[in-house]
This record gives sequence, structure tokens and C-alpha cells, in this order.
Amino acid sequence: MLSIILLSVSGLANLFLGFLRSNRAILPAVMLVLAAVLAINIFDVDNSSAAIAEWARVDYLRSMLQFDQYARVFTGVIVLTALLLLPFSQKFVQDDNPNLAEFYSIILFSLVGAIMMVSYTNILILFLGIETLSIAMYVLAGSDKSNLRSNEAALKYFLMGSFATGILLFGVALLYGATGTFDLTQMGTAIRALPAADATLTPMMYIGILLMLIGIGFKISAAPFHFWTPDVYEGAPTVFTGFMSTVVKTAGVAGFFKLLVVAFGGDTIPFWLPTLTTMLVLTLLIGNVGAVAQKSAKRMLAYSSISHAGYLLLALVALRTGALSASAIFFYSLAYSLATVAAFGVLQLVYNQRQREDYDGLNGLARTNPLLALAMTISMLSLAGIPLTAGFFGKFQLFNAAAQEHYIGLIVFAVVMSAIGIYYYLRPIIAMYMKPAEEGAEAPVPVTLLQSAVLVVLMGLTVLLGVLPGLLDGVLNAQQ
Amino acid sequence: MLTALLLIWPVAAALLLHFVRGSAARALAFGASLVELVLAIYAAFQFQTDYSLPHFELDYAWLASAGIHFHIGMDGLSLLLVLLTAFLVPLILLASFRHEYENPSVFYALVLFMQSGLIGVFVALDAFVFYFFWEVALIPIYFLAGVWGGERRVQVTLKFFIYTVVGSLLMLAGFVYLYYMTGATGAARSSDLSAFYNLNLSTEEQSWVFLLIFAAFAIKMPLFPLHSWQPDTYAEAPAPATMLLSGIMLKMGIYGTLRWLMPVVPLGVSRWVGLIMVLAVIGVIYGALIAIRQRDMKRLIAFSSLSHVGLMIAGMFSLTAVGLQGTVIQMLAHGVNVVGMFFIADIIERRTGTRQIPELGGLTRATPLLSVTFLVILLGTVALPLTNGFVGEFLLLMGVYQFNPWLGAVAGLTIVFGAVYLLRMFQRVMLGPDSSFSAVIRDLTGAELAVLVPLVVMVFWIGLFPGTFMHISEPAVNKLLVLINR
Repeated sequence: MLSIILLSVSGLANLFLGFLRSNRAILPAVMLVLAAVLAINIFDVDNSSAAIAEWARVDYLRSMLQFDQYARVFTGVIVLTALLLLPFSQKFVQDDNPNLAEFYSIILFSLVGAIMMVSYTNILILFLGIETLSIAMYVLAGSDKSNLRSNEAALKYFLMGSFATGILLFGVALLYGATGTFDLTQMGTAIRALPAADATLTPMMYIGILLMLIGIGFKISAAPFHFWTPDVYEGAPTVFTGFMSTVVKTAGVAGFFKLLVVAFGGDTIPFWLPTLTTMLVLTLLIGNVGAVAQKSAKRMLAYSSISHAGYLLLALVALRTGALSASAIFFYSLAYSLATVAAFGVLQLVYNQRQREDYDGLNGLARTNPLLALAMTISMLSLAGIPLTAGFFGKFQLFNAAAQEHYIGLIVFAVVMSAIGIYYYLRPIIAMYMKPAEEGAEAPVPVTLLQSAVLVVLMGLTVLLGVLPGLLDGVLNAQQ
Repeated sequence: MLTALLLIWPVAAALLLHFVRGSAARALAFGASLVELVLAIYAAFQFQTDYSLPHFELDYAWLASAGIHFHIGMDGLSLLLVLLTAFLVPLILLASFRHEYENPSVFYALVLFMQSGLIGVFVALDAFVFYFFWEVALIPIYFLAGVWGGERRVQVTLKFFIYTVVGSLLMLAGFVYLYYMTGATGAARSSDLSAFYNLNLSTEEQSWVFLLIFAAFAIKMPLFPLHSWQPDTYAEAPAPATMLLSGIMLKMGIYGTLRWLMPVVPLGVSRWVGLIMVLAVIGVIYGALIAIRQRDMKRLIAFSSLSHVGLMIAGMFSLTAVGLQGTVIQMLAHGVNVVGMFFIADIIERRTGTRQIPELGGLTRATPLLSVTFLVILLGTVALPLTNGFVGEFLLLMGVYQFNPWLGAVAGLTIVFGAVYLLRMFQRVMLGPDSSFSAVIRDLTGAELAVLVPLVVMVFWIGLFPGTFMHISEPAVNKLLVLINR
């Protein structure tokens, strides 16, 4: 709860920092707040088996929010991602943007929404969280006001997003109508009892569940509800694309998992499982095949983010394994966020200098900026799931959870899709290391000390988790 | 602990290389690889008598919740391959001294990094540790070939990378299945080698798992018809990378088959052994026939390697004691010979600017030392008695013959064909009418001799006293054979 209060208050306070003559203090101040929130969450994480088993229940707001181990762990991932991403937004500082304080406030507010999505125990809070996050994202997608594509992205995202919100809300309403409660646990009990108790209300409940699946599918860009993703990701300023594909996805999947386990679990699973499995297969297929055809690195990352939503759905499909799935989602979303932040961060820096986002824009980067090239390489290898990087153990844990539930066919399919992934993740590496810089782009890309430090941290964490995955073992699951 | 030290030392040295520039980098890398060799030899002397048991084990809970341990150790078979790696890497580094590579500190760091990955593969005792190092060894070689390679390096290395990664992902799927089956009886799941050895799977399951895992090994070796990445990659990669690939990396596939495939799914092996024997023998003939037609020295050696590896696969799948022993000895012999052959091709290319056989000729008059060493290593490859190639190929052919006399007879052609294309190459390059290079070419320098003399010594050592190495590998191989025939 402290995280939400701290972020909201500092978001408001941050607005006043805009009155200062210099904008320089804002970024450090925001990063400090995020570091504090992160510290709070890390110190709260309790590795004792009792706490994990109980998920250390601490209720707030008359049991509408619950800050258990699950919420704390995912809050940690979200805040860490945001903290490491922010330094790459420094372009706006140099531009002397008069609205700088507002940007950072919006980011802080969006984090509040994301934290609500991982700590809700009431479907209304989930809805509020999704909306708080989404509205902030609409603004951020259009924050490059002079750029036509950014405007297009914002409008597209807004229209599609509102449509999805409508569907989601419709689902919530139908479920409320069928069960008479918003509380997640009570709703779960009611849903499981309903088919036997009241045949007339059952169709309403089923439609409600399907509509909610569709609504959340939109938010995490799962196929066939992904059509907005490539255009929006490409048009939005690169830093905020990074934000969308990490924070929004982590919060969305974590919230989705909780919804499925608590409210739609047990006997309800066979009803929605075919739908979710179809979504998974389509998402992996479209994400990976779509990424192969791209010429722009940024657009490739947009499709890759669709495909990673597909891998994460594996854990949702295997949700009967409980803690194993939760811990797989945690590890994977952390590994994926670290790699994605590095990739988008490097792309943003290159774009600042070269004004390009295609593969050829990266040519010769290994010679001009070895650090950027190395960070991008490690990030690509991690996204591709090659050992020595966190991405490998992330994928392994997801497949592990799915194998536990005997989804051998799905795993083989996902493995084939990862093999396709190797092809497009190698393309930035080839451009950076094996092609000379284009004429007029031989100058090194300017990187601040803070940005270099953050890239080193990102690389370090990715490799550390790739070599010693046991470090995070037992945070959400008990040791064997 | 000694095993862990063997793994960590090259990585530590590779990281240190980051802080030095220019020629200091290669000196440091060479020094580090010599230390590694000393460590490996020390390990060999520290071995207790029973070579069939893993020594210097390390067992650390890697991912405790999933029952995955970082378990490494060396038995006789692992020890031989670790020794081979530790012996060849300093020579490969020394061989590269003549070249001026851009960013030498990165180049040599990648070679050392690769060494660590290779050793990791040979000492892993847990399936996921094995897979981990299997992939770790791939990344440096990809960059070595892709950044410092020839003109067509980008397409060629991309093909190589995708080929091998697809194979290893299939292997991973196979391992995951085995890992699940270890928990089938209600016991805790484990990916440990011993747990895999204790599995009791049906023939049907075993034959599927065999195909999944063998895909990775067959691509790496490579087995005909999965070899199409190999000649291009060997030809395009810089000389040290080619030597690493052919000298050590292809042994990963053979070692993997011996350790992780045959004893784990013996019924799967017997289900597919006929097909693999035929493919392997086709590879022997095919590689040899193509090698005869080659004009490019590097490509000729690449296809000759394909042919010799075909015989190793056939001998291994004969599942006889002589065949397996022959495979082990031939792994060492082939590693020594192929590195020597590629190095000599590199020396000639550097002196004359070409590796096209028709453009060369009559080099021998000005280069007596080069001619002698070339001939010795070449005869080792041809498998002349008293050289290392003879011991291995003789045992291998005996194994194949015991499996099926007809196949043995066809596979025996490898020696005949080998003599044809290799001696013809020697004749056209070193003897024959003088070419424009015959007068100006320089003989071997000190550093080159320092590489070739140890190789020549090994050619004779393995050829005359194969017992030194066979008694190390024999108990381990016999133990594997018991598991295969269980």
C-alpha cells in the first residue's frame, strides 16, 4: 500500500516541480522515488515458506487490495523496469520541454495503475488499474506532439483501447449480474457453484468470462486482438514503447493470472482453456512470423513483444500448477523486461543521433559504441532464449510449468517458434557487428554516464540471472 | 573443484583481456591457455586409478525448486577430451600470431570463452548443464566466424547458427521429456546423468527421444545429409575458428552421443542404428568423392574431415568395444590432424596468397621443414601404420566389420580414397612443376614450428603408443558399453 501512496503523492508533488526554472532536478527526483518504492518492496519480500504459502495476506481498502508476496514481487518488477527505463528519456530534458514535469507525473500515475493490477482482490480495482494505466499510456504514446506518427499511434491506441475497455467492462457487468459480487474470491466461489445452482444465469456468466478474456487479451496484445500493437509501438516515442511493452505487459499478465486462478479456477478451467490455448497458438505464430518480415528494428521488437505475450500465456494455460506458474511468470517477465528495456534504450539513443529505427540504422554500432552494441547483443540473446542469459531460464521455467500439465504439443510448438525467433534476433547483431557504419553515421552516439551505468546494470542482471537462476528461486515457490 | 577451476580460468582470463591492448592481448591469452594445459595435465596425474568414475566432482543446487544441479566431474573419457581441448587451444592461439586481427583483445577473449564452453560440455554431469555449455560454446564461435571471417561470412554464419540452434532446441525438448520421466515413478525430478541412466522407457518413447537428441549431435558432427553448413563455414571462418570448429567442436557431437544418448536410450539406438550406419557410410564415400574434386585446399580438408567423421560415426554405432575405443582414439587423432592440416593450409595461403591447388606447385625445394611436417600430418590423416590415424581407423573398421562385413568393406574405402585425394593434394602443392611461388616461398618460422612440432609428436605418440590414452578411456568406455547393452 505504501508503494501506491508514495507514487501518487510524489506524482502530484512532481507536478509542482514544473514551476522550477530548471528541469534538471525532475529526473533524479523521480528516480529517487522509484528507488525508494523498489527498496520498500524488496525489504518486504519474505522468503519464509509460511509467508509464501499464505501469500502473507495484508488487506487494504476493505479487502479490495491485497499486498501479499505476489503483489510485492510483481510491484518490484514493474518499478525496477520503470526505474531502469527512465534515464533513456533524457532527450526531453535536452529539448527543454516545458511539459517535462507532466510526463514524469503521468509515468508515476501509470505505475500506480500497474500496481493496482497486481494487487487487486476486487474486479473493480482491476478495472480501475487497467484504466489508470491505459489513459496514461494514451498520453505518452502521443507525447511527441510534432510527430505525425506519434499522433496516429495515440489516436489508434486510444480508439482500440477504449473499445477493449468497453468489452472488459461489459464482461465485468455480466459477471456481477450472474454472481452478485465484485470480490474476486467470492466471485470465484459463486462461479463454480453457478452451473449446478442456476441454469438460466450460467450463459450470462460464460459470456462475461469470454468478454473479460477478450478485454485483457487486448491489453497484453495477444492475438487475435493484437492489430493495434505494431503501429502503436512503432509510432510512439521509443522510450514509451519500451514502457508499454514491459510495464503494461507484466502488470497485465500478472493481473490476468490472478483473475484466472482465483475467480475462474477449478471447474471453470475447461470452459475457457480452449479459448486461451487458441489465443496462445495464434499469438506465438503471428508474433514470430510477423517479426521475420520486418525491416525496422523497432517494429520487429513490437512483433517480438507479441510473441513474448504468447510465451507468457503458456504459464496461464498451465495455471493448475499454481506456484510453479506464478514463479515462471515472475522470472520470465523480469528477464523479458530487462532485455526489452536495454533494447529500446539503445534504439532510443541511436534514434536520437541517427534518426533511424531500421536495421541498417544500427550498422557499425559495434565500432562507434561498443557498449551499446554489447548491451543490445545480450538483450537479443536473452530475448531469443540462449543460455548464459536470463531469457533461457525464463523460457525454461515456462516450458517446465507447461510440461507439468502435459502440454507437450504446445511446448514443441513454442520451441519451433523460438527457433524462428533466432533468425530475427540475430539481425540487429549482424547489423551492429558485421556491417560497416553508413556514410554520415560514423560518429559515436552520445551516451551519458547514467545511461551507460544503467546499461551495465541491465547487462549484469541479465547475465547474473542467466548464470545463477537460483537467486530468485523460492521467492514465489517453495524449495524442493 | 579442479573441474570448476578448469572451467572458470579461461573465462577469468578472457575478462582480464579486456584491459590489455594490441599484441599484449595475444601473449596474455597464450599464457592463460598454457596455464589451462598445466591444470589439465595436473588433473590427469591426480586421477585415482579407477577411470570409470567421475573425479573432481562439484555439485551445487542450481535451480533447487526444479531439482537441477550444477553437477560437473571428469571420468577417463571426459579427461581425454579436456586434455585434447587444453592441448589444442594454445597451439591454435600460437598459430594465429601471424595474423593481425582487428580488436585482438576481443578476438582472443572469445577464443578463451569458447574453450570454457567446450570444457563445460565435456565435464557436465547434468543434462541442463550440458545443454547450457553446448549453447555457450556456440556464441563465441558465431562471432569469431561472423566478424573476422571472409567475404560471405554473414550468410554462412547465419546458416550455421540457425542449423545448430534448431538442433539444440530439439535436444532440449528431448532432455525435458527425459527430465519429466525421472519423476514418473513419484520420485523427485532430476536432470542428473545418473537419473537418466536409471530410466526405463518403452522402445517407442526411446526411439522418439533418440531422434530429438541425436538431431543436435548429428548436425554438429556432422552426419550426412545434415552437413551442408560445414564446408562453407570452414572455408569462410578465420583459421583459428576453423581449427576450433573442426578440431574440438565436432567432438562435442560424438562425445554427446557416447555419453548422453547411447546409454540413456539404448533401445532407441538399436531402433535407428541401421539407418545411421548407412548414412554414416554414405557420408564416408560422399565426403571422399567431393574431396577428390576440390581445388580449394580448405574445402578439400573440410570434405576429408566429413569423410573421416563418417567413419567415426559408423564405428561408434557398431556398438562394439573396439568400435567405441576406436572412436575415442580417433577423436584425439582427428583433432590433432585436422588442426595441423588447416594450419598448413593457412601457412601456404598466407605465403602465396592463394589456396587454389592448381595455382601451386613445386614448393618443397625451398621449404624442407614445411614439407616434412605436412607429409607427417598428411600421412596421419591417411592412416598410415605407425601414425595416429591408423590406430583409430583400424579399430573403427574392425567395429564396423563386426557389425556388418559389407558395410565394413565399403567404409574401408575411406582409406583408399583418403590416400587418393590427400596424396594428390600433396603432390600438386608441394611437388610437381615449379610455380611462381617456388623460389620465393619462406620455410617455417620458429612460432610455426612451435605449433607443428607438438602436433607431429602427437601423431607418432598416438600411433606408436596408443595404450597411453586407451587405458585412460577404456574403463569409462566399458562402463558405457554395459549401460548400452543393459
